[in-house]
This record gives sequence, C-alpha cells and structure tokens, in this order.
Amino acid sequence: MSVTVSMIVNGNSVSAEVDPRTLLVDFLRVDQRLTGTHVGCDTSQCGACVVHVNGKSVKSCTMLAAQADGAEVTTIEGLAIDGELHPMQEAFRQNHGLQCGFCTPGMIMSALDLVNVNSNPSEQEVREWLEGNLCRCTGYHNIVKSIQAGAEAMREV
Amino acid sequence: MGDTGIGASVRRKEDLRFVQGAGKYTDDMNLAGQVHAYILRSPHAHAAVRSIDTSAARAGEGVVAVFTSEDMAEVGGIPCGWQVHSKDGSAMAEPKHPVLAEGKVRHVGDPVAVVLAESRTQARDAAESIIVDYDVLDAVVDMQVAVTDGATSVHDDVGTNICYDWGLGDKEAVDEAFSNAHHVSTLDLVNNRLIPNAIEPRCAIGDYDHATGQFTLHTTSQNPHVIRLLMGAFVLGLPEHKLRVHAPDVGGGFGSKIFHYAEEIIVTWAAGQVNRPVKWTADRSESFQSDAHGRDHVTTVELALDENGKFLALRESTLANMGAYLSTFAPCVPTYLHGTLLAGQYSTPVIYCEVKAVFTNTVPVDAYRGAGRPEATYLLERIVQVAADDMGMDAAEIRRRNFIQPDEFPYQTPVALIYDTGNYEASLDKALEAADYAGFDSRKAASQLAGKLRGIGIASYIEACGIAPSNVVGSLGARAGLYEAATVRVNPTGSVSVMTGSHSHGQGHETTFAQVVSEKLGIDFDSIDIVHGDTDKIPFGMGTYGSRSIAVGGTAIVNAIDKIVAKGKKIAAHLLETSEADIEFENGQFVVPGTDKSKAFGEIALAAYVPHQYPLEELEPGLEETAFYDPKNFTFPAGTYVCEVEVDPDTGTVDIASFHATDDFGVVINPMIVEGQVHGGLVQGIGQALLEGCSYDDAGQLLSGSYMDYTMPRAADVPSFTVDTTVTECSHNPLGVKGCGEAGAIGSPPAVINAILNALSEVGVTNLDMPATPHRVWQAIRDAQAS
Amino acid sequence: MYAFDYKRPSNLDEAAEMLRNSDDAHLLAGGHTLLPTLKQRLASASDLVDLAGIDELKGISSADGVVTIGAMTTHAEVAASSEVQNAIPALADLAGGIGDPQVRNKGTIGGSISNNDPAADYPAALVGLNATVNTTSRSISADNFFTGMFETALDDGEIVSSVSFQAPSSAAYCKFPNPASRYAIVGVFVAQGSDGVRVAVTGAGGSVFRASEMEAALNQVFSATSVADIQVSDEGLNEDIHASAEYRAHLITVMTKRAVDKANG
Repeated sequence: MSVTVSMIVNGNSVSAEVDPRTLLVDFLRVDQRLTGTHVGCDTSQCGACVVHVNGKSVKSCTMLAAQADGAEVTTIEGLAIDGELHPMQEAFRQNHGLQCGFCTPGMIMSALDLVNVNSNPSEQEVREWLEGNLCRCTGYHNIVKSIQAGAEAMREV
Repeated sequence: MGDTGIGASVRRKEDLRFVQGAGKYTDDMNLAGQVHAYILRSPHAHAAVRSIDTSAARAGEGVVAVFTSEDMAEVGGIPCGWQVHSKDGSAMAEPKHPVLAEGKVRHVGDPVAVVLAESRTQARDAAESIIVDYDVLDAVVDMQVAVTDGATSVHDDVGTNICYDWGLGDKEAVDEAFSNAHHVSTLDLVNNRLIPNAIEPRCAIGDYDHATGQFTLHTTSQNPHVIRLLMGAFVLGLPEHKLRVHAPDVGGGFGSKIFHYAEEIIVTWAAGQVNRPVKWTADRSESFQSDAHGRDHVTTVELALDENGKFLALRESTLANMGAYLSTFAPCVPTYLHGTLLAGQYSTPVIYCEVKAVFTNTVPVDAYRGAGRPEATYLLERIVQVAADDMGMDAAEIRRRNFIQPDEFPYQTPVALIYDTGNYEASLDKALEAADYAGFDSRKAASQLAGKLRGIGIASYIEACGIAPSNVVGSLGARAGLYEAATVRVNPTGSVSVMTGSHSHGQGHETTFAQVVSEKLGIDFDSIDIVHGDTDKIPFGMGTYGSRSIAVGGTAIVNAIDKIVAKGKKIAAHLLETSEADIEFENGQFVVPGTDKSKAFGEIALAAYVPHQYPLEELEPGLEETAFYDPKNFTFPAGTYVCEVEVDPDTGTVDIASFHATDDFGVVINPMIVEGQVHGGLVQGIGQALLEGCSYDDAGQLLSGSYMDYTMPRAADVPSFTVDTTVTECSHNPLGVKGCGEAGAIGSPPAVINAILNALSEVGVTNLDMPATPHRVWQAIRDAQAS
Repeated sequence: MYAFDYKRPSNLDEAAEMLRNSDDAHLLAGGHTLLPTLKQRLASASDLVDLAGIDELKGISSADGVVTIGAMTTHAEVAASSEVQNAIPALADLAGGIGDPQVRNKGTIGGSISNNDPAADYPAALVGLNATVNTTSRSISADNFFTGMFETALDDGEIVSSVSFQAPSSAAYCKFPNPASRYAIVGVFVAQGSDGVRVAVTGAGGSVFRASEMEAALNQVFSATSVADIQVSDEGLNEDIHASAEYRAHLITVMTKRAVDKANG
C-alpha cells in the first residue's frame, strides 16, 4: 500500500508515491536527497530534524510525509539565496555557534521560528525556546549568542 | 598573517557547509545497491544462548542474508589496544570479545544476529522473527557485589570479575606519612557512569569491490587508521592496502567514536559475503546500548595533612567498571590516565593509588571526554575541599599553600609524570578575581533573603594531554604508537593541501591547522586545505582524542613545513645564485638579507614542479613533505574554575548562578575556537555534576535508555560562562601549545559539587554524589535534618 | 513502524466510518505520542485516521465566560490565543509550557487528553477548571473523563471534538518537570471557580487527581500558608529513577503553594 504525497519543498513542487509509514525526515533525506536535516534520536527530543511546515518549526522525525501532503516545507537547504547565507546562518558562523555541525540545521530552523514569534528574544527566552534542540558540542553559550545576533540582523533587514 | 595566523579568531572554514546543511556525514551516504543491516541485540544482561532459529527471518520479505556467530567463525574477536598488568606482575584478564554473541550474551544490547535486507524496515521485520532460546542467568551489575567471593562471573574463563588489580606509587611511604599526619581527611565517592551521546548516532557502511578485492568502510570514527589497523590486522585478516577506512564529517565524538565497534566489522565483512554495500545506522536507543559508556568509579580517598594544611600524602582505592568486555582503550583509562594525575597542581610528596578493574553485565566502559583525568581531578578536588573544611581553611588558601611553584618546573611528581611548565597561582588569582570571590558573602546574604542557599566552589585541575610519547605508553602496555603524521603538499601554483592524521569532528581543524600553515608559510589562509579522515588520502595517523590534535598533529604539520622551507631555500639559492646559508624565509618570501634579491613562495613552488631552472643533480623536483612526530612528553594544561550555585531547599533544584574558567593551554591558535571547546566541556562536566546518570536495575536492564530518562543538558540548564586564559608555553613542542579539548569536562564537576556542598553546609549536608539532581539534593537535606 | 494505511477524512462522519470499518484504527492528532510509540514498535495499527483535515475540530471560541477549544487546536495556538489569554491566562500559560516549541506546534488538546498520559499537563487544567469534554456523542465532565493511567471514558469510535472551560476567578499552574523528559513529575493546577477551589494534580499518580485536603483548606483562605503544612500521603504515588513517591508527595505541597501564590498575582 502506498500514498501519494505532494508538497512544496524549498519552493519546488515535489510529488512521490511513498509507503504510508514514511516519516517526513526520511522523505526529505532519502527521496529528496536533502541530507541537511538530521536524525539524532528516536524520542522526538533532540531537534536535529527540525524543519518548517507551513512556516512553523516541527520535528520531521515525528511527522509522516503523508501529514505534510499539500504543505510548504522549508529545510536548511532552502535558506541561503544564490549562495548568500541567510542572516541567521551568517550569525552562527560569525559567533562560532556550531562545532560538529550535526545539530546546527535544526538549531537554525528552530531559531528562525523563534524570531518569527519574538523578533528580539532575551537570553533567557532563547534558552527556553531551545528546549527541543540538543547540542553536545557548544555548551549552548555561542548558540544563544548566535541566535540573538541573528535576530538582530533580521530586524535590520 | 595577523588576521588569519596564530592567535586570530578566524571564522571557521567548515561552517560554510555546516550552516547550509551541506556537511557530509556517514548516514548521508547511500551507495548504489546497498542493503541495510539490522542488528538483533540481547534483551538480557546475562544469558546462555541455547539456540538461534533464523529460518523465518531468512524467508522474510526483502531479506538478503542472516548471520550469527556461526557464520563468522573465521572472524576474530574485537581486540583491546592496551594491556595493563596487576601489582603482582600478571597480565590483565582479557576475555574474548566476539563480534556476535558466542554461546552467551553479557549485556543488554550485546549483538546476537544480523539481518541484511533491501530496506531497514524489512531487516527489522525479519529480525523480529528470529527465535533465540535464552537461558537467563543472574546478572552482576553492582561492582561492589561483582568483586565479592562467589559472585556470578561475567566470563567463565576468567573465573572472577577482576580484570586487573593495579597499583601506582610508594605504598609504604604513603602509609608512613598517614600514620604520622596531623590530620587525615577521608571521603567515599562515586564517579557516575555517563553515556556519551554525540548527537550524530554511529553509522557504518561496508563496501566490497570483488574485481579488486578492495574493502571500504565508511564510519563515524575519530581515528580511521586505528580502525583500519585493528580491523584489518586483528579481526578480518585483511591486508591494509586492500582496506580503506573513511570517516567523513563526524557529528561529535567525545571519545565514544575512538573505539573499534562490532558494527564496523559486521558491515565490512558482510559486504564481502553478499557482494553489496551494507549500511547500518544506530537508532538513539541502540546507541544507549552499544556506544561505550564513560566514568563509573567507586572510590575511597584519603588526604594526610600537617598542622599548616600542607599535604603530606594521598591514598586512593578505586573500583573501575569495565562493563562486559574490554573496549579498545578501557584498561588504560582508570590506570595511566587516572593514577598518574593524582598530584594535581600540588606538591604532595607521596601518593599511592590502587585500582581494581571489574567486569559487569553492562555495556563496555571506555574513554569519554577527559578519560581518567576527570575522575582523578574529581576525587582530588573533592578531598582537598573536605580537608579545607576539616581544617577550617579557606578553599583558595589551602590550594595556594600546596601549589607547585613556578620555579619548581620541570617538576617530577610522585606518580610518574614530569610537568614541564605551569603557573597555578596565576590561574587561581585570575579566576578568583573574575568570579569576585571576595564579594561572595554579600551575594549569599541576598540569596538568603530570597529563601535560597548559595555556595561557591573551586576546582584547580591539571590534565596530561598531547597523548603521547610512544616509548612511554608502550612500556605501560599500549599496543600502538601515539605519534601523529602530516603531509604538506605544495601545489605547483602555490596553494597547499595538508593531509593530517588528526580527525576533526567538531574541533575546527580545517581552520586551526590552516592558521598554523598560513602563519608558517606566509601564504593566504584561503589557499590552504586541510584533508583528513580517509586512509587512502592521509599518511598513517593515530587520530583525535586526549586533546592531542594541535600538540601532536599540529607539530607534525609544523615539522613537515620546516622540511618544505628547507627545500625551498635550496631551490631559492639556486634561482638567486647564492648559497643556501644566505637565504632566509620570512612572510612568504625567500630573501637574501641586505639585498633586494627574493623569490616568492609561489615562484619556488612553480620552479619545483616545472624544474627548468633547477638543480636536478642535487635535488628532486616537487614540493611535498611528510613528517611523523612523536611527542617527547605529555602536555599539561591546567587551570582554576569557580562555580557559584543557588539551591532551592524546597525542591532541591540547583541553579548555576555563575561559572568562571581560567585555563592555561599554552599558546592559543584560535581563541574563538578554544573558548568554544571550553564552553562545550563545561556543559558536559556540569551535565555530569547535575543531570546525567546512567542507571541500571539489578537485573542489568538499562533504566536510562533514552532521552526520556537520561538527562542531557539543555540550553536552559546552564548559564553563559566567563572564560579566560593565562599562558605558560609548553616547552617541548614548537608551537608551545598544550591542548584544550577536555579541560572543561575535567575541571567543572568538582567545582559544581564543591559549590553545592558549600551551599548545603548550612543545613548540615557534608557529602553528595553526582548527579546532584533535585531529588538527590532534597533527600540529602532531609536526611541531614533528620539526623 | 509496522505497516498501516493512512487515511485523512474531511469530516467527523467520515472519520467515524473509517473507524467502524477498520480492524484496529488509531486516530492521529498531533502524533507526538502515537508516532514515537509506533516507531519504537511498542504499538501497531491497521490504519491511521488523521484528523488534521477536519475543520470542525479546529479553532477557539469564547462566549459568556466559556472558552471552547477544538480538539485539533495545537498547544501553540492555545498559548497564543487572545481569547484564552483574556479568559483563562493560566490555561494559556500551561499550554505554552508543554513539551518544546516543536511539540507545541503539532501536539493538540484532543490528542493529549485522549491519551491521558499520567504526566501530561492538560488533564490538570481540565480537572482544575472543571471543564467539559465534548465528543461526537456526548459531553463528559473532566472529573469523569480521566479514568486511569492512559485510560479515559471514551468509548470505541468516540472522538473528542472540543473542550469547554468556564473562566475561573483566578487560576494558576505550577509544574516541576522531569529533568530528562520534561513531562511533569508533579504539576498542580489551582483554580477558584463558581463551585469553589479545585486543586488538580498531574504527574504524581496513575492519573490526574484532586487534592481534597488542599481544596478544603484553600476554600477557607485562598493563600499559600493555608496549605503549607499539609503533607499529602505518598501512598500509591509514582516512583521512578527521577523521584520517589515521598518526594512527589512533598512536591505536591510545594507546587500547590507556588500555584496559589501565582494565582494571587
């Protein structure tokens, strides 16, 4: 048994026949070869798989591809335009907000959703927002700095 | 090269790909025709395997093959890389570590069978139809039970559960010092078992080219050559020229990706069996049961002091958990990476340490960020604090009084190491000032008004990094050398590729190493590429762990560069028609001082590869040099951390109010990256102190088997930090560097616990084990009030 | 995950029919409990009936002091709703503290209460506010809805359509989270409503329960000091590696005090 799923991924219309069990993250990573979205756990806690569905951050490991049928999906690969980094990506780079880079796509996608609802988050607000994003490398210090700097850059745009 | 050379906070080259999701991690690879492996693991901590019926699985949809240990009879056990000898001179017990269980399973998660299928789901479906007839045996989980007479043996052929009974130091002199001491402080403590949890789960893909007989393993490893050596030579019997190990971008390691794991063997061997690529990726819950765990010591420590608070002797006795099998470097962690660090920053004249390594029916335990040194630092900085409290001395003062003084270096400790340089009081002073140690009382009073208990804690740590002089570790049981290798390839147009045996899995080597090259060769940072992680591309190197990359790998690069410059001088001398002795190399130019004669580095490179005007009779063309560097000594980063906590006595919640770290890493190449390393280490250490605890029940079931029960530090659990450095240069490597990767995780646990106990002293709590969870803190307060 | 068919009805009748015609269909709301459970093969289903396409289950309305929240309304929507913030700020506050932002963007009130995890937050709000659960066939008071660990009064094929809350005069929720999962070790919802004070406790027992001793004291004087000396019995409370029953009992008092202080502003 399979289902047809169609969605817009990073601005491109895509459509595929998939097993109903296909998770959105596997649809993105395997079918669409968008391997920037990662899987770090199986209990919906680490946030390495965060993408945007219809403008809101979700864990793509805890959503079926079928649930995203008809949706607009944005992944980390959809942020930079013509090779120019998104201000939040640039902020992570400038502030050393990453080390191994594995949690980074999820962190950035989560951060962008924060800025959507709170354009000028305090340090505490950033830390609380990151409840669903684990990082083992940075100790969060520079991630928090990056997100605040990214938010500031986005306010100025 | 001021803005991209040594000392500059250069933004990282690797980030351009990582922030765009363009990193290439092992699981991002899918090879044409690949099959997926699912590993059936033991649900029991200890059981005899009577039979395994795989017939239904073999008939499963999409199934390509099913293997058990019977199919792998030709495959060797997983080797251990370090042999420790007991006090009596006998070699450690070294039971076989089979790739798939042979007759017995010894921990929950022990691999029993493997299914290969067209999809991961099909492989898992089929694995569920494998019928394993287990005869469940009593599990031995608690080390203190495991060492008692009559305890169940994890390995029948060992007979007891003791792997070795090791000692270091002059026991007689220590006992003597204790019997004459003015005061003896004593402490029992547990160094809690941790689960490493790099956010990238392990992954391995085996590939086989039947036309050439070439095997390839793509794997999440910190040291591809070590894996190639161990797997090729000891497990599969493959010649090394027919085995390539590739570790691409790796999502964090922290030690857990040093070791050679069963899954790497399974996918490589199976690829040869089915003549198709074989891919395995761990689920996180599988990682909890199959990645080597860390720490897990039970210790008694005593400190003898004179009436002025001077340390006279230290005595320690520890049980160290090995788990069910010896992981790659497990035996050296509680011995040579632990006992040798017990002098700390102090001039304690005599020290004795004994360690029993214990087998239990738990996941193997091995190096985890710091590896042995956090355990040494924790017990030392805890007992020093207990002694200060016993003697009514200030925490800073007792340390100051016992520090090795700057004019005493090089300093021979009573536990084998020779510290080359350091200035411990400088770090302490800087840390105390940054943390406003003097102003603590007023902050404490403010907390009191809010109903909170406030405490301050200090830890002055030392670590031995830059691992390691091969002859020294060889004499101590290492079965490998611990040098590092680098090839510097100058391309004809002057760009440079550096092939390094170090491996970057978050450390930023592509940037830091390029800074070193940029500085040394005076060339543009962007014209330098650092290549790592592929045995087909790099010279035989030992990889990244033990904060060794810049001190050992960096030095290999510097030495190769020196050879490049020496050869460049010869070429320049020929082109400039002068003698080699007249040439100097500065800022990317070969010059004859006092003249206007010079050749740019790029011109020399071109001449080397287009040798038309070239001394071909005396000099080979080309400009490529390799250096293997074996360090002369360990490096000794040290520092002082100050932690301030606020405890809510109603709930037991501990809040880190502030944390300051002052470290001496020697020369710092990239301050931004070094600070990042400290931040990350601090949170792993704070995680150990407050949150993380691996928990097994009496039957050996892992209770903390997912993020639902194993507490990973989150952003809101920790504050922002203040970090700074003092500098004494390493005396025995050309960069003067000491390494920075592990310090944060080493110094922070005792700083946190000392702070909590300082806070809880007013409610009568005198001891507390990690992790200091709210429940545990609340219980300690309650117990103290009841007694 | 074991194999299943995915279905997405566009109205409740269609959903009900799909349930009737299936061996072992599960309703899929936000999926944040169901999907992880299926992924770990701790459960299986012949069909997943996704309620996301049913408009009648969505939205928040407010009239005559009663706030009605559609079953498929996400936690993030409840937290951000001006209707909820105005009428029952404690409920918006609770919804804004469930899980993490991504969980709140997917998780729904209907899914949460139908699952009735013993450590979930919403059950405390429903019982604390004496809410009414509206289903495809009837209305059930919160006191009667939560019947035990992962159990509710819902019959087979019955679907929660909305939850109605009467605005209290004051209310607050305080949670002491499990450090790892961040579910409630103890969560206490305190509300002063037309029928007096209610104190609903989640996380501590097999299912949400009311702390009647606390309620009686707070009905006398609605102040933290009224409950400061009340020690709830630890008998029957949950125990795990994170908290003993005794600790949970203690936390009920602490969280109740803090919730009362918070409700009193």
